[in-house]
Formats: sequence, structure tokens, C-alpha cells
Amino acid sequence: MATELKNDLFYTWYKIDELVKAVKSGSKTAESLVNKSLELAKKFNPEYNVVISLLEDKAISRAKKIDEKVKAGENPGRLAGVPFIAKDNFLVFGAETTAASNMLKGFIAPYQATAIERLESEGAICIAKANLDALAHGTSTENSDFFTTLNPHDKTRVPGGSSGGSAASVALGIVPFALGTDTGGSIRQPASFCGVIGFKPTYGLVSRSGVVAMASSTDTIGVFAQNAYDGSLVMDVMSGKDDLDSTTIEKPIKPISQLDLNLKGKKIGVVKEYFGDGLDKDVAEIVKNSINEFEKLGAEIVDISLPSLPVALAVYYIVVPAEVSSNLARHDGQRYQYSASEANDLNESYEKSRSQGFGAEAKRRIMIGTHVLSSGYYDAYYKKAQTVRTKLINEFNDAFSKVDFLAGPVAPTKAFKVGENDDDPIEMYLQDIYSVAANLVGVPAISIPCHNVSGLPVGMQLMAPQKSDASLFALAAQYGEMK
Amino acid sequence: MVKIPESKVQSQKSGVDSKYLVNGYYPTIGIECHVQLKTKSKLFSTASNDARGAEPNTLVNHVCFGLPGALPVLNKEAVRLASKAAYALGTRPQKFSKFDRKHYFYPDLPKGYQISQYDQPIILDGKITIHLENGIKRVINITRAHLEEDAGKSTHPTGEDYSLVDLNRAGTPLLEIVSEPELHNSEEAKAYAKELWLAMKYSGVSDVDLYHGNMRFDVNVSVSKDPTKFGTRSETKNLNSFKSVEKAVDYEINRQIDLLEKGEKVIQETRGWLDDKQKTVSQRSKEDAHDYRYFPDPDIPPVVLDEEYLMGIESSLNKTPEYWRSALEKISLSKLQTEALLEAQAELGSSYLELVTAQTMECAKTYANWIINFEVPLRRELLEKSSDLKIDDNIREKLFEQLYLLQKDGKLSSNNVKALLVELLSQNKLPDSVEKYAENAGYIQVNDSAELEQIIEKVITENPKPVADVQNGEMKAIGFLVGQVMKASAGKANPAMVQQIIRDKLKV
Repeated sequence: MATELKNDLFYTWYKIDELVKAVKSGSKTAESLVNKSLELAKKFNPEYNVVISLLEDKAISRAKKIDEKVKAGENPGRLAGVPFIAKDNFLVFGAETTAASNMLKGFIAPYQATAIERLESEGAICIAKANLDALAHGTSTENSDFFTTLNPHDKTRVPGGSSGGSAASVALGIVPFALGTDTGGSIRQPASFCGVIGFKPTYGLVSRSGVVAMASSTDTIGVFAQNAYDGSLVMDVMSGKDDLDSTTIEKPIKPISQLDLNLKGKKIGVVKEYFGDGLDKDVAEIVKNSINEFEKLGAEIVDISLPSLPVALAVYYIVVPAEVSSNLARHDGQRYQYSASEANDLNESYEKSRSQGFGAEAKRRIMIGTHVLSSGYYDAYYKKAQTVRTKLINEFNDAFSKVDFLAGPVAPTKAFKVGENDDDPIEMYLQDIYSVAANLVGVPAISIPCHNVSGLPVGMQLMAPQKSDASLFALAAQYGEMK
Repeated sequence: MVKIPESKVQSQKSGVDSKYLVNGYYPTIGIECHVQLKTKSKLFSTASNDARGAEPNTLVNHVCFGLPGALPVLNKEAVRLASKAAYALGTRPQKFSKFDRKHYFYPDLPKGYQISQYDQPIILDGKITIHLENGIKRVINITRAHLEEDAGKSTHPTGEDYSLVDLNRAGTPLLEIVSEPELHNSEEAKAYAKELWLAMKYSGVSDVDLYHGNMRFDVNVSVSKDPTKFGTRSETKNLNSFKSVEKAVDYEINRQIDLLEKGEKVIQETRGWLDDKQKTVSQRSKEDAHDYRYFPDPDIPPVVLDEEYLMGIESSLNKTPEYWRSALEKISLSKLQTEALLEAQAELGSSYLELVTAQTMECAKTYANWIINFEVPLRRELLEKSSDLKIDDNIREKLFEQLYLLQKDGKLSSNNVKALLVELLSQNKLPDSVEKYAENAGYIQVNDSAELEQIIEKVITENPKPVADVQNGEMKAIGFLVGQVMKASAGKANPAMVQQIIRDKLKV
């Protein structure tokens, strides 16, 4: 009873609550759920290149332990037996963690990400590590050093990125939920491309400890789910202060999974700047129509402007490469993983290890980041970007004093063709144009699949003030039920 | 703002400065000092901070090793100690400070950057009073002091094609204290170094163990004929003793003057001190200087200290060296004894000052004498031999008490006090009765005049020549006779009493 066939391709899982109830009552075993996921992963992976590694033995042995707990009458946890997939930049104890980069290939994690730890302690079971753009740099998974994941809705198209493998795995129904990271849109954009819910929380709500860092001030840990209730439950389990990450915040007193479904009197601001040049006409229409549907649920739709929004992407591509160049400095070939086999001295070892281990995109970002932090350029780039970032934060605060939510598209296009943006890094960067602001400002944002009767999926983006994460799941839940 | 005519500034300055001139050159010295804070764990991880005697790379966790996904978490105790240091440096900690990343590649720097404080350090604008040998005091301004993590230790075995890295020290909390360039000779530089050492010890911020590198000094030295302008400076790094600070400063002043006199230029560079050769050598020039690409560390929220926190720190401050100096002055201890006690306590960690200042004036002087001349040399000897023996402060205090009474009663000679003190301290236990112990060990003076008279009679009979000398007014000879009596009594006679009896007998 765990899965039901939706059509020839996709599986829809019962809600996690129901799965857990079944496991706790003994009517379904954790092992059978894990086996189902493993079976689906093995079935789909050759076609779609969704996962980098399967954690078969580990997952089955964990599932057996959950089942033993149930038999012994112990509490197996809020996510007992629920299989999930983590993006391969999460460290899972004893498992390979590559971040899809040759730099980390073969790296066996000697400790575990707090997010994984918290999910496991509530009984969830990680069955595989998903593909991504190497080091989370990209918007299509084409930048994976290993292979490109294909879009479940159209195998000639990309699933989006960087968390493309996670998004595709939930779209295909391999697992009821998957973990991703969102630094500038890396959860929301693939969620939009793959037609699933993709959630990026308030900055600091989930610990970054044990997740390969991209840009520390905008990195967030979030979730892909088949329905809003599942997403909110997973977020509730992962959230909260962590002694291993000093940027974490306390979890809200009211559980994130406790959704307030009354939309009466809530205001949704449609952001003017999100519907300008560069936005695909189809996407614009679908997103606008979908936002307007919230009126049926009692919400008020108003227009709103965020004047600095058009420069958010420029700010992002200064601040983020600066932090990337710094965070990637530790990959120097001296202590772990990729190290050039031959070098005459220390400097040559650094140069060769880093130029051979990193791909073109990582090098591009390291060079941009190094440049904007160099003496003589710091004030003109990094410092100015931070000033504009502060302005953006103020504009968001101002907007949220007028409306409860901000709405717009997630990305300017639907899923594009594999190879379409190969020679154009700028076009690839522009995929992030609508999503980066939430990261720079630190507010929660969600991609909700629009009602789209034909063709490729499109997501709409909704943002809420910091710490109002649950309200976005409430919107998604209601919208989902209208379908 | 009052504008002072330039000529006046110059004349004032040169008037003050003339004593510093070396061959017509005016030396200027600024010192950067790295102090290891005595926290249990490292600055940004829970790994142990006590590297003494640990096998290489055993005090290392995922943060120290710079593993992917590892995040720094600021050690609150390090902030508390740095806050205490602020008061020891005559100021309050900044209510807002932050951490920045300083980038460079080196194998003992696992993350590829060092976490330090760049433009908003925890301490700004401090000062410290230095004490020079002629009794002169000078106030030296402290520009800033910031928290940062130490790097690991690299060793390069000679003749091998590899280097070794030990990350035990990586992440150790350091407070880097930067002075204004206000020191002008090696005596001042040394006095400054010593005063910082005392300040960091007495505030409870650091163990200040120089031998283990708890404090390292970098001296910036320049010379100039024009006292209103700085010359080009050199920076001699990693000096770990007061002596080497003094020597390196002298060496640099002389080297730079020699260069200028030969018509050559001083190069701005980093130099190292060779202790065996007593000279500095060039390590790298300014052209090799890195662009460190500082930026605020996004993993670490800024440090914000509120008034309540500062008041908590203020209520827990230790007594300062200046407090002890005036306390010792009140009981008339000499400056030499005062400084010796301050240093002894800082070096050996025993509560000498508390003990001495609790005594009456007479007793305090005796105690100070015993500590400085008997106990401190013994402790140093034990340390040198790496002896496990620890001398207990309580035992020492009770021992002093009893010995003082015995000496006052004339039962112990000063020589025997020393012997007995060293003997009992080395055992680190208190006999039930020190007097009985001393008696059994033969340290008690013979004060029985009948017994003494017998010996004295014998000495007078056996030494007619000195006796005659004494009787002829050559009083020096009386010392010889006393000495003979002491010898005959195996050191037990009370020399004052012996002299009196001899005088009585010879009627002088």
C-alpha cells in the first residue's frame, strides 16, 4: 500500500504521516519501504542519472533496526522508516560524499551533517546520494563532474540545478522527500523544472554543519517533497539551534508542521520587478494566473515594487564568488582527496591539485571571488555589494510591513534543453535572477508547482518574512488541495 | 584644535629624545606580542588546547583539520579571557567586534585562511606602564589587541624530501597585542615585554610559559636621524624570551645604523633571530607580501558584549602587578625584592605575594628573602630536572611560620634555616614538629652557655695568636675564633651568643 501508480512513470507516495502510522502499527515494515525506494532507484537511475551512490546495505540495516524497535514497543520516531535521498554535498557518516566534484571523489565522510543526524534520530533512512552541479555551482546538473541528470518530464531537458538529482528523485517518486541546498535558487529552480515542492528556509533555521560549503552567508538546507505536509514535517525535524553552527536560530515555538490554513485577509504582493524583460511569456502567464488563484482561498492580491531587485543578481555574483573562493581554499590537495600525483615543490602541488581537481565553473568563481576581495578592488566590489545587500534587506522589510507574502516566478524559463546553455555562463547565471534575493535577504521561499494542464511544469515562487516558514507550507498545502 | 608651531614640536621632541640617540640616530620600536589564552579547548572547536606532551595530530577534530562542512564555533571562554586582558591593558573590551578571514596557502593552515580580527578587534586603545631599572616609569600605548587562531607547526627534517605538519596547535586561541611605536631602546623593549608577561599572568589570561611558546614577540625596529620621521623598519619575528627581545633590538639598531652609515638602505623585511649566533637574518622582503583578501567571516556572528557582561568581568578581575607593587611598598620591601617576587609568582605560579603581604613588616622581609633566595632556586632546579615534585603552598606556609619562630628564638642559624627549608620543601611534607625534626637532624643551635663555654675555653687555649690579636684591638680576629667554635660545635652554636661569650671572656 505504500505507493500508488500515478501514471506509467511517476509514483506518488502516501503522506509521510500515513507511512509512519503504518510502520508504527506494524502494518508495513520500514524494510519494505526502503526496498521499494531502492527498487525504484535502480529502475530509474540508468535512464535519468539521478543518484551518484546507493546506500543499500546501510539503509536496509537501519530499516531492520526500526522494525525491531516497533516490535519491541519502542518509539521509532516521527519519520520511522521513511526513505529519503540527500544531495551528495551532505556528509553521511561512512558514506562517500563527492559534491559531484572530482576534487572530493572517494571522500568517505568521517562525521555526519546535523540535518542527516536529526532525520535519522527520528527514524528516517537515507537510501542514496543525489547528483548535483559540482560543488553546487550551476543551474542544470550539467556541471556535475560525473554525469547529467535528465528531467523526468522530458529526457532531452535538464532537471535544473544545482539540486537536480534530488528534485528528479522526488518527481519520479523514488522517495517521498529529498534534501537539497539552496544558495541562490538551487532548490526552488529544479523544483520548478521538475514539478515538485521545493522549499528554502529562513537563513539559519537548519544547521549547515556537515554540508560542503558553497557560500556561507546564503547557504540554506531545504527539502523537496511531493506535498506540503511532508515538506513541513521534514523541516520541523531538521530545524533549530545547533552547537556546531553558530549562525543557527531557535526553531519557532509553533511547530513548522502545524499549518494555519486560514488565508482570509492575507495579502500577497505580486512583485512588479519580477515580470519585466527576460521572462518567458508562457511562464509569466502561468505564474500570474496561478497566483491569482489564491483569491479563491480568501487572500488579497496586490501589486508591490522592490526597486533594488534588478541588481540582486549582480550583488549575488560578487558576494557568493567571494565566499566560494574562500570556502574552496581548503581543497588544496594536502590533506584529503584529490592531489596531483607529481609536483616538484609545494606551490606546484597546490597549482596542479587545484587546476586538475576543480572544473571550469569552480575556477571561474574562485577567480571572480579572489578578484573582488583583492586589495584595491574590495571597496569597489565586495563592500559596495554588501551595501546594496543591506538596501535590499530594508526594501524587503518595508514590503513585508505591507503584505504577508511576495510572489513571482522561480526562474525565467521552463526546463531548458541539455546543452542549450553550454557555452554561455551568463545565460546559466540568469536562471538565478528571481531566486537569489531570498538568499541575500535570508527569508524563506518556496516553489509551488503551478496548475499546468499541458507541457512542462512551472513553479511559482512565494516568499515570507524570516521565521514565517510554516506559512509558506500552508499556502502550498491549500493550493495543492485546489488541484 | 590648537596648532603648535612646528619648530616648537621639534625642539620639544628632540629635548625629550636626546638620551635615546645612538650615533645620532633615533631608534623606534613597536612590539607585537602573541599570547596563548589558557582555554580548555581551541578558539573555534572543542578539541583540547593543551598540546604539551601530546603526540602530533592527536588534538585535532574535523574543524581543526578543515574538513568539508566543518564550521568554526567561537569559544566563549576565549572571549571572556580577552575581555579580562582588556582590563589588564588599562581599557575595556569593545562592545562590538567581529572576525575576519585572512587568506594564504600553507600546509599548516588547513582551511586556507586564518580566522582573525581585522578592522574591529576586541581591544582598542590600551596602555601599560613599564618599569625601567633606574626606577623610571613610562606609559606605553597599546594600539589594539585581537583574537585569532594559531596555525599548526611545520617541521622540515634536514636531508629529507618531505615536511611534517602537526595540527595540535592549529586553532589555539591567541591574543595579538600591538603596541604603538613608542619604545626607543632595548631596555624599554625588554621592560615592555616583561610587563605584558606580568599583566597576562596576573589577569589569569595565559599561563605565559615562555619555554612552551605561550608568548611570542615580534619586534619592529627602525632608526632615523630625524626624530619626527620613522626610518624603514624591519620586523624580527618569534622571539620567545626577554633576553632575545633585548638582544634582537640591539642587533637591529646597530645593523641598521651600520647600513645607513655605509650609505646603504634598510629594506623593509621580516627577519628571524638566531639564538646560537645572536643575530637576526632576513626571511622575506616586503615584495613577497601577500594580499590576504580579508573579509568578514560569514560563519561567525559578530561578538556583542553588553554592559551587564562587562560588569560581570569587572567583578571577577584579579589583582594587578601594580596593586602588588604598592602593597609590597607599604611593607617596605625593596624594589629589587618586589620585582623578584612578582616574577617568581608569574613564573612558578605559587601564591608568594598573598603570603608575604599577609605578614608583619619584619616577617615579610624574612619570607621574601627565603622565597627569593632559597625556594625559587630550588623550584627552578626541580623544573630543570623535570621532577614530579610539587611544593604545596599550605605546607610551605606552615613551614615558614615555624621556621620563623625558631629563628626568632635563636634556635636556628640563618645557614641552617636554608638547609632545613630546602630539605623539608624537597620532601613536600610537614613534620609533626619542625623543631623536633631540626633537633634530630642536628640543625638546632646550642644556646646552652655552659656547653658553649666548654668549647670556647678549648678554642681560646688552642689559638693563642688570634686571642692576642683580639686583645690588642684587632677585632677582625674575633670572627676567626667564632668560626672555630662553630666548627667545633658542628654548626650548632648560636654565633651571636658565641661572640658575646668570647668578648666577655677576653674582656673586649
